[in-house]
Amino acid sequence: MASAYELRCRECGRRFGNQPLSICDDCFSPLEVQYDMEAARQTFTRAAIARGPVSMWRYQAMLPVSEDFVPTTPTGMTPLLAAPRLAKRIGAANLYLKNDAVCLPTLSFKDRVVSVALAAARNFGFDTVGCSSTGNLANAVAAGAVRLGLKTYILVPADLEMAKVLNTQVYGATLVRIDGDYDRVNRLSSQIAERYHWGFVNVNLRPYYAEGSKTVGYEIAEQLGWTLPDNIVVPMAGGALITKIRKAFAELIELGLVEEKKVRFFGAQATGCSPISTAVKSGADHIEPQRPKTIARSLAIGNPADGTYAIRAIRDSGGWAEDVSDVEIVSAIQELAESEGVFTETAGGVTTAVAARLYAHGKIGRDDLTVLAITGNGLKTLDALDGKLEERPAIPARLADFEALVAEDQELKRLAGGRAALAVEGSYVR
Amino acid sequence: MSVKVVLPSAFEKHTSGTREIQSQAANLVQLIAEIESSFPALKPHLRDADGKIRRFINFYVNDEDIRFLGNDKYEFKDGDEILVIPSIAGG
Repeated sequence: MASAYELRCRECGRRFGNQPLSICDDCFSPLEVQYDMEAARQTFTRAAIARGPVSMWRYQAMLPVSEDFVPTTPTGMTPLLAAPRLAKRIGAANLYLKNDAVCLPTLSFKDRVVSVALAAARNFGFDTVGCSSTGNLANAVAAGAVRLGLKTYILVPADLEMAKVLNTQVYGATLVRIDGDYDRVNRLSSQIAERYHWGFVNVNLRPYYAEGSKTVGYEIAEQLGWTLPDNIVVPMAGGALITKIRKAFAELIELGLVEEKKVRFFGAQATGCSPISTAVKSGADHIEPQRPKTIARSLAIGNPADGTYAIRAIRDSGGWAEDVSDVEIVSAIQELAESEGVFTETAGGVTTAVAARLYAHGKIGRDDLTVLAITGNGLKTLDALDGKLEERPAIPARLADFEALVAEDQELKRLAGGRAALAVEGSYVR
Repeated sequence: MSVKVVLPSAFEKHTSGTREIQSQAANLVQLIAEIESSFPALKPHLRDADGKIRRFINFYVNDEDIRFLGNDKYEFKDGDEILVIPSIAGG
């Protein structure tokens, strides 16, 4: 291998060197980055990683960027939090949250993939970058491009949450709202990428972009003291994250950084857009596209590009997939915030609600070490909570009124006798 | 009756650079047969070992995924624009 990494077809294995390309022109299958694993044995060691920055760039030797690449933002290395209170509520005993709700700079795991994609864009000499996005990616591209001095064209579905629109425009990005769902936006992006000499992070730069997702897996392993969890629950939109975390674990095993272990992968979707979980549950090995209808808009991809690979990752690992209703998603957002102090967006609600169901159905053992991938921040989907939280009338600024309020609270608490345990068979209700 | 078919750049090296054709095909099955006979070099690349069209190749009719229109059962209409996109990106 001439370089430490290069593109290879995921199906026929043909090699393509390094170029802005995502599709094999022999078998029309997606390309993926492969590494010179012999070279990586020297550069990707626990000691070398420990000397690196406290960010995802400590794993630079296994990311497709040049050796002299200097990152502009300390993306990644987000907290891995023990979640004992949530665990108790859902019948778990050894539960962790990988909290990318606080990933820098734009508060979702997409900052990871974008930082790798933009490094590739600069390497290939693009002066303009773009993406098709359900929101988080748009935010990440807009912010990341500013720090590299790149121009942007960002395509989103017209009905995207206002917070995600503003969080893109504020960086001066050119935001193009498209009539229709994400799958239409995505198709148009493929056409645009063929017409213009731009770096579309999730089209022609996609193989590089997707590698950024691996850092979620590397970090979990390192934060667990270089061991792997028993299970991981991952939200699925295009299906890339779950397959790349699996790739990360496999690479760590191959390079001897962790002991071999069969980690079970569990995929989480909203019932209103569940092409991957539907396939897993029905035993199908291919995706039937769906028209998304869910509040979890960051996961609303009806024709997931990595769907078949996600199915394979889940099935081969001995895992499972589930999907939950919009009501369950909102309840789970509140539950996670109330129990662990983590405010996630709708996608994190999906992951949390699915995890609760997997425990309730015995798909995940109580004592297993299980990690939930929380991928985005609740401040971006505030509309999901509209009218869901009690709004109390204001009281006068007098101590007596405050004391009356506290007394009323205590009386209410006494009458309620504490809140009932949460996990109910087959559902996730408050 | 005629439909316009837009081929992706990934097909170019097998179609001598042709990116767009007019077709008289009445449905997807006929269209694929016509593409294969017009571009014999493309034929072996379009199908997998079982002779099925490779699963990463997507067909759209006037911006709509043909699978939402009935797939093979959809009857092309005069003036339809058929878009072929291999291995959709995104996510």
